[in-house]
Amino acid sequence: MSQVPISWFLTLSAVLFALGIAGFLFRRNVITVFMSIELMLNAVNLTFVTFSYKLQQVNGHLFTFFVMVVAAAEAAVGLAIILTVFKNRQTLNIDDLNSMKD
Amino acid sequence: MDVILFLIFALIAVVCAINVVVQTHPISSAISLIGVMGSLAILYLLLGAEFIAAAQVIVYAGAIMVLFVFVIMLLNAGVEVKRGRSFMVQLLGVPLLIAFLGLVAWIVERLYPEGTTVHFGGFTGGSAQAIGRALFTTYLLPFEITSILVLIAILGAVVLGRKEMD
Repeated sequence: MSQVPISWFLTLSAVLFALGIAGFLFRRNVITVFMSIELMLNAVNLTFVTFSYKLQQVNGHLFTFFVMVVAAAEAAVGLAIILTVFKNRQTLNIDDLNSMKD
Repeated sequence: MDVILFLIFALIAVVCAINVVVQTHPISSAISLIGVMGSLAILYLLLGAEFIAAAQVIVYAGAIMVLFVFVIMLLNAGVEVKRGRSFMVQLLGVPLLIAFLGLVAWIVERLYPEGTTVHFGGFTGGSAQAIGRALFTTYLLPFEITSILVLIAILGAVVLGRKEMD
């Protein structure tokens, strides 16, 4: 019993993804919402690497690598957008950033 | 031994992830998120993904989170303001999440009841050499497209972040 069942990894990934959804839906600070998205991306990465282990192939690692690159690009552009919005609105609360709603 | 290692770092990851959601100050959330990423790097090592573990620490915990902390400091973001949430969210939010989690766990247990088990050293194809070979042969076109994407992201960040010049 020194081996970990593969379902534990997948369940851990699901737990992290659910927590990311919770942060995305319940939090009101735009930076924390952004960090919740990063948490969800990390959970999906764990699933990719786990299936890569199960199938004994390296392809899952490549997908994780691409997800990391896209996450880095997303963080750079997203945080620049947050900076611009804060410069114009002086707020980080997503309830106040509703000009696309009406 | 592997089970103990997994349980310790899975527990750290889950506790830090809960902390990300619960903390009201963005800086506390960011520090907790670094904890999640660090323990996930250990779990990647357990799965034989040494290159991805190193990239996780360098790119995620290093570069991306430093960017987040910089922006939080720059904007001087404080404790978030509590607002009344809508009735539906208060009533349905947490039960729906638990239902989602239960559904996923049920599917996973059904698909892999006594499936593969993970032990350290069970997969040795995750070295930098293997990943580099796959990256520059099979995945050459996606790799080049990704480099263009990063270039566009750099330009976009510079354009968005510069001072307005009339």
